[in-house]
Amino acid sequence: MNVLDTLKEKLGGSIKELKAHNAKRIYITVDRADVKKCLKILFRDLDARYIVASGVENFDSFEILYHLGFDGEGTVVSVRTYLDRGKPEIESMTSIIPGISYIEREMKELLGINFTGHPGLTHFLLRDDWEEGNYPLRKAKNG
Amino acid sequence: MAEDKKKKVIVPIGPYHPLLEEPEFFALYCDGEKVVDVDWQAGYNHRAIEKLSEAKHWDQVTFLVERICGICSTSHPFAYCNAVEDLLGASVPERARYIRCIIGELERIHSHLLWVGLAGHFLGYNTVFMWAWKYREPVLDMFEIITGNRNHYAMFKIGGVRRNIEEEDMPALRRVLKGLKVQLEMLTHAVLDDPVLGARLKGVGVLTKEHIKNFGAVGPVARASGIGGDIRKDDPYAAYPMLDFKVITAEHGDVFDKAVVRLLEMFESIKIIEQSLDAIEGKGGDIQTEIRDIPPGEGIGRHEAPRGECFHYIKSDGTNRPVRHKIRAPSYTNIPTFKASCIGQMIPDVAIILAGVDPCYCCTERVAVYDAGNKKKQMYDFSRLVEMSRQKTEKIKKEI
Amino acid sequence: MSLKIKALKKSLWVYHMSGGSCNNCDIEILACLDPRFDIERFGMTLVGSPRHADVLLCTGIINKKCVERVKEVYAQTAKPCVVVAIGACSCSGGIFRDGYQMGGPLDKLIPVDIYIPGCPPKPEAMIAGIVKLLEKLK
Repeated sequence: MNVLDTLKEKLGGSIKELKAHNAKRIYITVDRADVKKCLKILFRDLDARYIVASGVENFDSFEILYHLGFDGEGTVVSVRTYLDRGKPEIESMTSIIPGISYIEREMKELLGINFTGHPGLTHFLLRDDWEEGNYPLRKAKNG
Repeated sequence: MAEDKKKKVIVPIGPYHPLLEEPEFFALYCDGEKVVDVDWQAGYNHRAIEKLSEAKHWDQVTFLVERICGICSTSHPFAYCNAVEDLLGASVPERARYIRCIIGELERIHSHLLWVGLAGHFLGYNTVFMWAWKYREPVLDMFEIITGNRNHYAMFKIGGVRRNIEEEDMPALRRVLKGLKVQLEMLTHAVLDDPVLGARLKGVGVLTKEHIKNFGAVGPVARASGIGGDIRKDDPYAAYPMLDFKVITAEHGDVFDKAVVRLLEMFESIKIIEQSLDAIEGKGGDIQTEIRDIPPGEGIGRHEAPRGECFHYIKSDGTNRPVRHKIRAPSYTNIPTFKASCIGQMIPDVAIILAGVDPCYCCTERVAVYDAGNKKKQMYDFSRLVEMSRQKTEKIKKEI
Repeated sequence: MSLKIKALKKSLWVYHMSGGSCNNCDIEILACLDPRFDIERFGMTLVGSPRHADVLLCTGIINKKCVERVKEVYAQTAKPCVVVAIGACSCSGGIFRDGYQMGGPLDKLIPVDIYIPGCPPKPEAMIAGIVKLLEKLK
């Protein structure tokens, strides 16, 4: 059974949109509340490898893509979720994937996305005295 | 735990580390000589590359991502070009595919030789350092002949490669590879059969499969623990599907096995380059396709860099610049494994465990040891840590 | 020539510090030590502490997190100390000069004696730079 069918079967109800760019690049969109459930199924039950998460700023929202790899098939599954532009916030995934802690800290300080339940959301890449509310990766900032 | 930490001696390591975006500052919490916890802080090398990338033309980004890391300076353009070509669905001419593989594998050889040398240096085996770096020089010479520079080759271009490998350079490349095979054979035996190195490296910094899974470690670090993940096989790109090579794995996950994996991988790389040369020699053909517009969309590109999977995600809105460019270098997931591998080890072993992950290690380090309880401060530098590591090697030498 | 300068010129001990570089200049500095270039035959060697150093080699853009550290290391060196900016990044900022983390270039922070440009400069270029430095120190 290939990855696409497995995803449909296991995640069925949570998937709002499924886009296969090609056989090896699958993007699924899920609700903010369902992310944790989906990642748990993908990471623990289906034994996918955690690659990284990307935070993206759009005109009217923020989005996070959690990239997971199925090495046997060479497929990358990206779980996409949209966050509110005014108050970008999502639950931290550290309880499922311990290694994700660092990228969440990075997204917090570069894009200003808040992760609830993260054990230590302190500065990671920038100086400790970096100006509060100055998120350099946002589009409104120059350089 | 926080109360506990206060009683321990803290050994901060860092912060100057020339990694890509994640140079490191490690605080080792020690109980006597034993490490009980590790904290990691990065950012001393953060250069805002993801932001700068959004202000550059698609074609210019290859030069920018090349300067993420000096050792694996082909891996990032390779993964970036794969990502853009994934977005476009474009295919690359056959000759360009083989040239990409040749450059990628030459880089793997020079990177692994560099690692072997530095690991020897940290253990007090400067002979290994001198050997490995001597054998590395002909590889850099080949880069200079093929691309014009010893590092930062600027070979990659969306849709192909920028320069051809000229027919008259090929005999020289073959000669270098032939010589290198003999030298590597000697080096591999010298390193792996040495009883002192065996005593020093076996069972040190062990990573289990569970650790690898939790932290998402990749490359030689994962392969030394018995996980056979290799993007070249799993998700073939460039000319790798046409080439015959093995994925080297080991079982124990200690520093010794990481050395084994890296040393044996170099022979596979030589095999790949020789096959690629056979495939393109005397055939000619295009080395690039013309790509004018990048349509809106997103793409993911991966490349098996010397240190593991290099991952690029790009998003386009149809203009001439990427809207978002996310870069994940292999060390980003390999470094946090220190949290598992250093705990329970002795301070003299930490230098080699840190080196074992190969986090682009060639900088000067400052280590301050201070006892948090007594407010006494004692400054050590990195040479002291290396010195401690060497003393331990000397001790083992005498015992054997 | 003062006694201090005369003593300094005999055998240069080098402390190397990276302030946010891509690692390449740092590797080329180490390549100077390998059997092909072997600068140790001129009495030059890398030392682990700035207090022992006659020469401070700086690479990288000196990002905002490193700024204080660079000044601190410079303050720790025994004077007279020669500062060398290696690579395009520490000379001018190079490709990263417009980034939000740019804290340098080096000469904004500490006095620089010689510049060795290149991305990365070849070991030969570094040795040529050091030779010029020795001539300058008359």
